[in-house]
Amino acid sequence: MATLNSTIPTGGGYDGGDNVLADYAGRLRRARLGMAVALTPISMLFVSFTSAYIVRQGLPTLDEKSGQYVRDWIAVSLPVSLLLINTFLLVMSTFTMEMARRQMARRAVLTPVQTIPGVSIGDEKRFPWLAVTVVLGFGFLAGQWMAWREFASRGVYLATTPSSSFIYLLTVSHAVHLTGGLIVLIAALVMSMGRERLERQYIIVDTASWYWHFMALLWIYIFALLQFAK
Amino acid sequence: MGLALLAVIWLIAFLSTYFFVAKTWWLPAGMSAAAAGIDHQFTRTFIAMGIIFILAQCSLGYFAWRYRDRKDAAKVDYSHGNIKLELIWTTLTAILFIGLNLQGSAIWAAERFRPAGPNAVQVEVTGMQFAWYFRYPGADGKYGKTDPQLIDPSAGNESAIGLDTRDPAAKDDVVTGTMFVPVNREVDLTLKAIDVIHSFFVPSMRFKQDAVPGLAIHMHFTPTQIGDYEIACAELCGLGHYKMHGMLKVVSQADYDKWLAAREAEKQ
Amino acid sequence: MATTAAPHLHAAPTGFIRKYIFSLDHKVIGLQYYFLALTAVFVGMFLSLLMRIHLVWPGASIPLVGEIKPETYLALLTMHGTIMVFFVLTTAPQGGFGNYFLPIQVGAPDMAFPVLNMLSFWTTFVAFMVMLAAFFVTGGAPLHGWTGYTPLSALPNAGPGEQLGADLWVISIAIFCIASLMGALNFITTTLDLRAKGMTLFRMPLTVWSWLITAILGLLAFGVLLSAGILLLLDRNLGTSFYVPLVVVNGQVMGHRGGSPLLWQHLFWFFGHPEVYIAILPGMGVASQILSTFSRKPIFGYKAMVYAIMAIGFLGFTVWGHHMFMSGMSPYSAFAFSLMTMAIGVPSAIKTFNWLGTLYRGRIRFQSPMLFAIGFVSVFVSGGLSGPFLAQPVLDIPLHDTYFVPAHFHLIMGVAAIFGIFAATYYWFPKMFGRMMNERMAQVHFWFSLIGAYAIFMPMHYLGLAGHPRRYSQLTELAYLHNLIPLQKFITYAAFVTITAQFIFVFNLFWSMFKGPKASDNPWEATTLEWTTSTPPPHDNFGGHTPVVNHGPYEYSVPGAPRDYIMQTDPPTGTGH
Repeated sequence: MATLNSTIPTGGGYDGGDNVLADYAGRLRRARLGMAVALTPISMLFVSFTSAYIVRQGLPTLDEKSGQYVRDWIAVSLPVSLLLINTFLLVMSTFTMEMARRQMARRAVLTPVQTIPGVSIGDEKRFPWLAVTVVLGFGFLAGQWMAWREFASRGVYLATTPSSSFIYLLTVSHAVHLTGGLIVLIAALVMSMGRERLERQYIIVDTASWYWHFMALLWIYIFALLQFAK
Repeated sequence: MGLALLAVIWLIAFLSTYFFVAKTWWLPAGMSAAAAGIDHQFTRTFIAMGIIFILAQCSLGYFAWRYRDRKDAAKVDYSHGNIKLELIWTTLTAILFIGLNLQGSAIWAAERFRPAGPNAVQVEVTGMQFAWYFRYPGADGKYGKTDPQLIDPSAGNESAIGLDTRDPAAKDDVVTGTMFVPVNREVDLTLKAIDVIHSFFVPSMRFKQDAVPGLAIHMHFTPTQIGDYEIACAELCGLGHYKMHGMLKVVSQADYDKWLAAREAEKQ
Repeated sequence: MATTAAPHLHAAPTGFIRKYIFSLDHKVIGLQYYFLALTAVFVGMFLSLLMRIHLVWPGASIPLVGEIKPETYLALLTMHGTIMVFFVLTTAPQGGFGNYFLPIQVGAPDMAFPVLNMLSFWTTFVAFMVMLAAFFVTGGAPLHGWTGYTPLSALPNAGPGEQLGADLWVISIAIFCIASLMGALNFITTTLDLRAKGMTLFRMPLTVWSWLITAILGLLAFGVLLSAGILLLLDRNLGTSFYVPLVVVNGQVMGHRGGSPLLWQHLFWFFGHPEVYIAILPGMGVASQILSTFSRKPIFGYKAMVYAIMAIGFLGFTVWGHHMFMSGMSPYSAFAFSLMTMAIGVPSAIKTFNWLGTLYRGRIRFQSPMLFAIGFVSVFVSGGLSGPFLAQPVLDIPLHDTYFVPAHFHLIMGVAAIFGIFAATYYWFPKMFGRMMNERMAQVHFWFSLIGAYAIFMPMHYLGLAGHPRRYSQLTELAYLHNLIPLQKFITYAAFVTITAQFIFVFNLFWSMFKGPKASDNPWEATTLEWTTSTPPPHDNFGGHTPVVNHGPYEYSVPGAPRDYIMQTDPPTGTGH
């Protein structure tokens, strides 16, 4: 089909791709775009929780007995040292995640080399950044579990007070999302031990890394909210 | 087919408009001080929307017929639009809509931005599944304490709202299932609900307000005609929502005083 | 330039399961969504028929169903609304037609993430099954309305159906949120990243614009609904008090303290208002597409239409409080929300003017898609114009929670949006199935639907003005309702007739799939990319090559052109857009 390239305005560049590399770049770009889009509703979920939290703090309720409006918000003290350790673990894991991502990015470039018969990438000693990230992630979750146990030991459960409800709501929701990310990282680890194409592995690790960084930022936000906006 | 579309669309437009203009089924006569303002705003909105409705539907029907494809049809006017026209009708629409809204808002502000006056008749309205109870504070002007633990809907009136009869302020509280108010005096309602959201709705008074658990909402109106007016619940509250109705009786000041005195006497 | 095979995002499947059950092909997935919605709409219609019968003949015993109790009426009402809003109006226009045609209309071989697409359909399916399950558990389906206001929906002992049925309702909605978010992800990424060469944003058909903005609305709104649902499940099952203050139910003091019923309303309507725009925007896009095609005229004011869609989408997030004027919310907030609500009427008005402008001096062809597109404009005008009444808080005082409100939203969602689905079906059926639908049957379907729908919903305005409250299972208690019963009876008769007419559509649909006359590649002489490919489209949509776009989407009756339409992939003419 004859086309006059000079008259085609820009915009809409998907042309099917003549070579595999362009396709890989396109797939990576699309995956990143998809991740950016996916982080939006997750943000909205926590924005929604936050607005409910802020409003509830100040919300008076009618006390039937006195006929007056009273505020019933009782702040709950957090196990700050424990949570700081957890934060440290998670922040460390974003660092190791980023190292893992860059390490894999470099290897993914070698994908075309994989197709040459008789040539192998070689298994030079690589620091297991991805595995360390997974361990740190589990460490964070274990630390969160310990924090929930600490609350329970003080008799602070989900339904104890409005403030405790929000503490559990925010931290458990975050932990659930983090676990989802952790599962993907474990899958990527397993994949890295197999013969999956490096480009495909990289796309997964790359998008998972942005998700992981977002989860760390989200945690810092939640911690700050619960600690400073009591 | 174009002619059929024109005929049917025009018929629907005129028939619907007829019933609005003829007021075959309409708002009941307004019996409160706020009704006149609200009804005027209704009329303004009706006229504006009615004109647009007729113009839009009739244009649609007319265009469907006039520009139907046929052998001798004119050539199509190849046009991507007309920016000037867009700006004009957008501006006009905005002026109309915002203008209508500001007019209505003035009435809204008059009704709802100010609390009731100091001489208003105080009535506490409590909604529950599936009845309304009305409490008058009595001579001391104070509502007595209520206690949720004392609530027993099956025992009616005082027990239904959990009145704590040990409280001295509660001794002169009158609780009834029928709402009496004197005519031409502002009524200051305190709306409460003990279980789920209900809504206190008296069409003739052009009055509606949700009763929300956890809140005590003040809202006022001034009845201007003696009569009996049905109260409907206007927020889905459970299986008995359709039968949760009450009666508002607007009487003369003298009759109201007599009624209240009789209720107080019953309590001795 | 040599044509190179476009790398398929996935290879053509073999085997029944991969081809029709767990297909990765957006066309199959689109059809799966469509048939899910078709099933849901018949369930929803059946529920509404039962409601209509019970309203005017409360003691009647209906074959196979028996007598309907007041609480059953409320359960029918709740499930009718929920199923229609979620599984019909949020499914067919976007999941159905959007999935099928967005990739083709932008020149892509498939959606950006085909596996995610497949998962989004099956998650929707699971949500639907969970919703239907609510009918069959102890206590039955919930009775708290599709809006699920708390504390009624948060207290299992507040009514029949509010135990497991209500939990299943919330869980189904939560699952649906996730499914919708997966879908939105695909729509946005595909539109932004997979457009063919020359398909600039301002050459995209208005259908694509409407699917894109709808997806963005969903992306921002469904997360909030999910949060609302999570809080509700916690209040219902784990003793929290997000929504429930101290309440006494049946004489029993419940354990909740300090919660806010209004919190649910704010969260729900923050989602709920964009949701109604999600329901209508695709229909508007389809109407624009069809009005232009069948008037043989470019859409009047294409750019204005795009900006109007964006404005509606954006403003849609600022108006949620207009559902709460009577709720106990601050009257000052009410004023602010009402101003925004009137503002959102402006872009809708622009679109209506432009549809009329498209018809003006066109050469109108009256095949079935066009009948429904014209009908769409009529019912959209009717439904839209009751908006400015409800948008004014002072007029909302007498009208809120009366039949005026269902009159308004049924004309827009229950008629206009549905007409959008019908129009899209008649328009795209030839492309999807390779055959034409029967025009005679379509015309009968159209006239009965248009007149019938008006007969059902126009009288509801009058009922509302007379003060007839919503959601009343029976009209026997309030004295002032008694003389409104004849009008209710009229509505019920109209509903019988209109619902019956829908069977003509279903028969036409299935019969034509197998027996309809074969369709050419472009039976409507339309310009957008789906009409450039074969009927039905091949697995990768364009048979091995990627289209190159040289024209805008609505180049009809261009002066000097050899025929009265220029397809988007036709060679450039050096003029036009």
